[in-house]
Amino acid sequence: MSKEMATPRGGVKGGKHAKAPSKTLKRLLKYAFSRNKVATAFVVFFVLIASVANVTAASRVSVIVDELILIGKGEASPDLWNVIYPNVILMGSIYLAGSVASFAYNIIMMYIAQGTLKKMRDEMFAKMQYLPLKYFDGHTHGDLMSLYTNDVDTMRQLLTQTIPQIISSAITLVAVFVFMVIYSVTMLLVVIAVLAGIVFATKHIGSRSAKNYLIHQKALGNLNGYVEEMTEGQKVIKVFCHEQKAREQFKAVNDELNEAGRKANSYAFILGPVNNNLGYLQYVLVALVGILVMAFGNETGLLSIYCSVMNAEKVNRVALVAGMVVSFLMFSRQFNMPVMQVSQQFNAIVMALAGAERIFEMVDTAPEDKGGEITLTYGEYEAKKWAWKKPLPDGSAEYVPLMGDIRFNNVVFGYTDEKVILKNISLYAKPGQKIAFVGSTGAGKTTITNLINRFYDIQSGEITYDGIDVKQIKKDDLRKSLGVVLQDTHLFTGTVMDNIRYGRLNATDEECIKAAKLANADFFITHLPEGYDTMLKGDGANLSQGQRQLLAIARAMVSECPVLILDEATSSIDTRTEKLIEQGMDKLMEGRTVFVIAHRLSTVRNSHAIMVLEHGEIIERGDHEQLIAQKGKYYNLYTGAFELE
Amino acid sequence: MIKTLLKSVREYKVPSILCPIVMVGEAVMEIIIPFFMTRIVGQLEMLAKAEIQSLDIGQIALWSSLMIVCAVFALVCGVWGGKLAAKASCGFAHNLREDMYNNIQSYSFANIDNYSTASLITRITTDVTNVQNAYQMSIRMLVRAPVLFIASIIMTSVIEPKMALVFACAAITLGAVVAVCMFKVVPYFRTMFKKYDDLNSVVQEDLTAIRVVKSYVREEREIGKMKNASGEVYKYSVKAERILTVMMPCATLVMFIVNIVILTLGSNMVNGTIAGNVQASQIQTLIQYSAQILSGVIMVAMCLNFISLSKGSMDRICEVLNEKTTLPKPEKPVFEVKNGSVDFENVNFAYSQKSEKVVLSGINLHIAEGETVGIIGATGSGKTSLVSLIPRLYDVVGGSVKVGGVDVKNYDMDALRNNVAMVLQKNVLFSGTVAENLRWGNENATDEELCRAAKQACADEFIQALPGGYDYDLGQGGVNVSGGQKQRLCIARALLKNPKVIIFDDSTSAVDTKTDAQIRSSLAKYAPHTTKIIIAQRIASVQDADKIIVLDKGKISGAGTHDELIKSNAIYREVYESQVKGGEEQPAESLTKGGGENE
Repeated sequence: MSKEMATPRGGVKGGKHAKAPSKTLKRLLKYAFSRNKVATAFVVFFVLIASVANVTAASRVSVIVDELILIGKGEASPDLWNVIYPNVILMGSIYLAGSVASFAYNIIMMYIAQGTLKKMRDEMFAKMQYLPLKYFDGHTHGDLMSLYTNDVDTMRQLLTQTIPQIISSAITLVAVFVFMVIYSVTMLLVVIAVLAGIVFATKHIGSRSAKNYLIHQKALGNLNGYVEEMTEGQKVIKVFCHEQKAREQFKAVNDELNEAGRKANSYAFILGPVNNNLGYLQYVLVALVGILVMAFGNETGLLSIYCSVMNAEKVNRVALVAGMVVSFLMFSRQFNMPVMQVSQQFNAIVMALAGAERIFEMVDTAPEDKGGEITLTYGEYEAKKWAWKKPLPDGSAEYVPLMGDIRFNNVVFGYTDEKVILKNISLYAKPGQKIAFVGSTGAGKTTITNLINRFYDIQSGEITYDGIDVKQIKKDDLRKSLGVVLQDTHLFTGTVMDNIRYGRLNATDEECIKAAKLANADFFITHLPEGYDTMLKGDGANLSQGQRQLLAIARAMVSECPVLILDEATSSIDTRTEKLIEQGMDKLMEGRTVFVIAHRLSTVRNSHAIMVLEHGEIIERGDHEQLIAQKGKYYNLYTGAFELE
Repeated sequence: MIKTLLKSVREYKVPSILCPIVMVGEAVMEIIIPFFMTRIVGQLEMLAKAEIQSLDIGQIALWSSLMIVCAVFALVCGVWGGKLAAKASCGFAHNLREDMYNNIQSYSFANIDNYSTASLITRITTDVTNVQNAYQMSIRMLVRAPVLFIASIIMTSVIEPKMALVFACAAITLGAVVAVCMFKVVPYFRTMFKKYDDLNSVVQEDLTAIRVVKSYVREEREIGKMKNASGEVYKYSVKAERILTVMMPCATLVMFIVNIVILTLGSNMVNGTIAGNVQASQIQTLIQYSAQILSGVIMVAMCLNFISLSKGSMDRICEVLNEKTTLPKPEKPVFEVKNGSVDFENVNFAYSQKSEKVVLSGINLHIAEGETVGIIGATGSGKTSLVSLIPRLYDVVGGSVKVGGVDVKNYDMDALRNNVAMVLQKNVLFSGTVAENLRWGNENATDEELCRAAKQACADEFIQALPGGYDYDLGQGGVNVSGGQKQRLCIARALLKNPKVIIFDDSTSAVDTKTDAQIRSSLAKYAPHTTKIIIAQRIASVQDADKIIVLDKGKISGAGTHDELIKSNAIYREVYESQVKGGEEQPAESLTKGGGENE
């Protein structure tokens, strides 16, 4: 097996996404919040209330404990209504306000996040519809699918959890800091020292975790690729008794994934306990320092200054300090909590940014151009006739009847600029003619048809449609005038009827059934469990390849396009059935300009002109008899002396 | 179901069991540390109350060093537990994937037909990841959280049993709230996941059919479909998350209420209104315990939620693991295939036992060793099904199939399939070089043997022309060669087995008639004793066969040589005419020559 066996997909592609994460983040935040300015303001407001409530409520505890100590000592009145109950009630109200606020911001944030995700999916999808085919050629389906699932999901966590967490953490941090300054600067220094350790550990472990996470994603991509390739060929494995080999190879890929996963998860799992227990160490240190402060009594905190100014009666300093230490311990926990919570979100942020970058990359891809000004009209120029409408500068319009005359003038084309596929192709198809392309795989047959409907744009030369350069025609209208049956038939989830009607949305049931009959599909459709109402799923998985092609032909018949492109349209239909639908096909082609690509030469024999393509050039052209008489490549192909590939 | 899954834990049993134990160690420390803290703060309090004259430095040093020891121990436990959890959960996932894949390898064709490639990939990757997460949560939290909960309750009752009662009530209330929320939320999540699948299939369908979409200018319609799908996802996500959003503030509210109760009750105990043994300094500790108790409850709830959400994944994995091959192994397998004769005796066949759709019925056929047999018939007439029975890809429903005079059911599977080579209709090459692909037929084949087989399949010539020749990399799925070349490589691969029977299932459809004929004649020359069975669309491919079988709707409509069938069989005649005679018909009218732009 080659080392390049499996291409990673879906996951994070290493290195590529290191660029400007702050820019991506900014754009993402703008995307999510600029639409919801009022709601966002409310979120910030409620987060503020909730965080402050949390901190101030905790500060009440110290007041209560102080008072209790005094009561215990008998220095304060045992009547709880003096200090304790008012504070408890105050605390209860603060708690209540905090809960309401936290509920409010959570629910608003949830709506913002879900709304953003929906909008993001819709916009991505809408955007994707109008991307040029080149884009789809360059990306695997797996990669594109994972944009809608994995990558959008990472946004969900970022928006609903990470961002509110960061806001609330920042506010809590500031509030707690203020309280700590008020209580004791010395103890605060201890807290900050340990916090520095926590931040250091988080950075150290977190970056390793993120790095290993990327490796893990790649290993997962490898496994995915391996399973995909091998499962696709599972029957071949069976026929060649290759099961043991497949097991061994899978084991190698799987072991690698296990190793990568173990490392990545280890770092992620130890981050919590490390921070948590460093927090406990801090707890102990704060307590000890607090005692030292008490023993030696050199506190510089604002509270002690306040006390010394206000407490002329010299309330027992020791009692004060005891309450202070208790509160401070609580604060120190509260101070670490946001730091830890944010550190737990580390991987989420890394992944969300990588995902956002991939999403933006797709959204930023330039869409297909819409084509020119010329539109297709029906019945405007002449009743029940199609015509091209050229808008003139003075506001009026000029009409050109749609005939189906297509010409290539010195067309040069390559999918990339380096590799030319079609070299100087010239040809014409007069209205109603049937033009066939014959040649090996890669000779450029399908490419030619892809140029007519402007799936790709040519490098030089000109393609005209009824004398109009196709570039001047509005792309949608150009495509509407062309019916195609592609080599690979694709059906959509929906009923058989829906699938036929895909060709023309306003076709009646009768018209669809008529088309199906002409395509000889009516017979098998009526034998389906629910006839025309049978649901097709998974690209019509329950139909044979041949049956699917018949449906695709019916679809093209319904569309009533003046020009038809049949790319290997009958390749999966056996010769007998092909014979049966011949009449239908003739009817389909009647009065239309038709481009046919076929492997079976019997299918193209009655064409008006047959083009033999080789390496992007037309090497022979003429009708069947002329080409046979020419005794060239076509003759050899026809008599079987050469093979088509 | 869980039992089936847990079988895959195997060598990771030790970390799986050790992890919760270590985690409990950490949890216990987390309980003990606040308790020690009360001792230290208690000293302060006593000093403040003037119960003692000065701080007992020894006591403080003792408790604080104990606390530091505990914190370090907890740190070690936490890190170790984390590593164990990673090892156990990743290892479990690894074994699950391995067991699934190994079992898939033992599947018969009938088993494989039950699963699409995409569904198998999802099962091996996403579903396993879901189960891995649930497992990881379980071993880390499902023991730790209850221990934390119980220990906190115990410690609280050491301080004051009445407080413990408060906690227990609060925990039950919270548990009930969480349980109700979960009960309501899980069905929404289930629906949401289904909607997710729908959304995925919209995207997938659009991607595969993008050319059709663009050709028919149906972009707007697709966007509409997406809007519906994403709207449904939105609807159920919001429904589910709304409940969760209510749940968390509810949980914190319960915690706050507990705090208030502790303070009120504690104050009353301190001033003696209510009998109780609470010191002012212990209130802080009690508040901390309350947080731990309640977070324990939430944690367990989350865990259970996770597990219940991954149930779908578990079901799908179990399906793969529990699927038994539909082809039972013989008790005393025959390892030698004597010769290449093939017999069908009253064979009836259907793809599913229950299915009413009979694919083959009443097939009787004898093929002698070395014979060349052609099979012709319309799409769906049962050609592929017929030949699939020979290497026992499927089992017959009635009658028997014999190779070399022995019922295929009595052979060792590998022995049978190594002697009956089949070139499948939907054939696949794998990434790797040409030589590597060919060696699938025979791992130990020498370069000369590869070359010989390639020559017989008329593939040597083009292989030599490839850059690197036999070392040319074919790319994933053999994308770097054309259809006809692929088919010839597949034939060469099958020939390398040196089989007694070789079956071509429409495997020269992309090869031109001349090469097709060449392959057939080289086979006749170099493998005279190999029985050759050829399914073809083209009459030319089977015209010279010793025997041609015409299949029609699962029955043999005729058998004989070409000349016999032309005379006796209407279907055969019709096919023949559509292919050969049709060629002589002229287009009805003489047509104006088009397209010519003389160069």
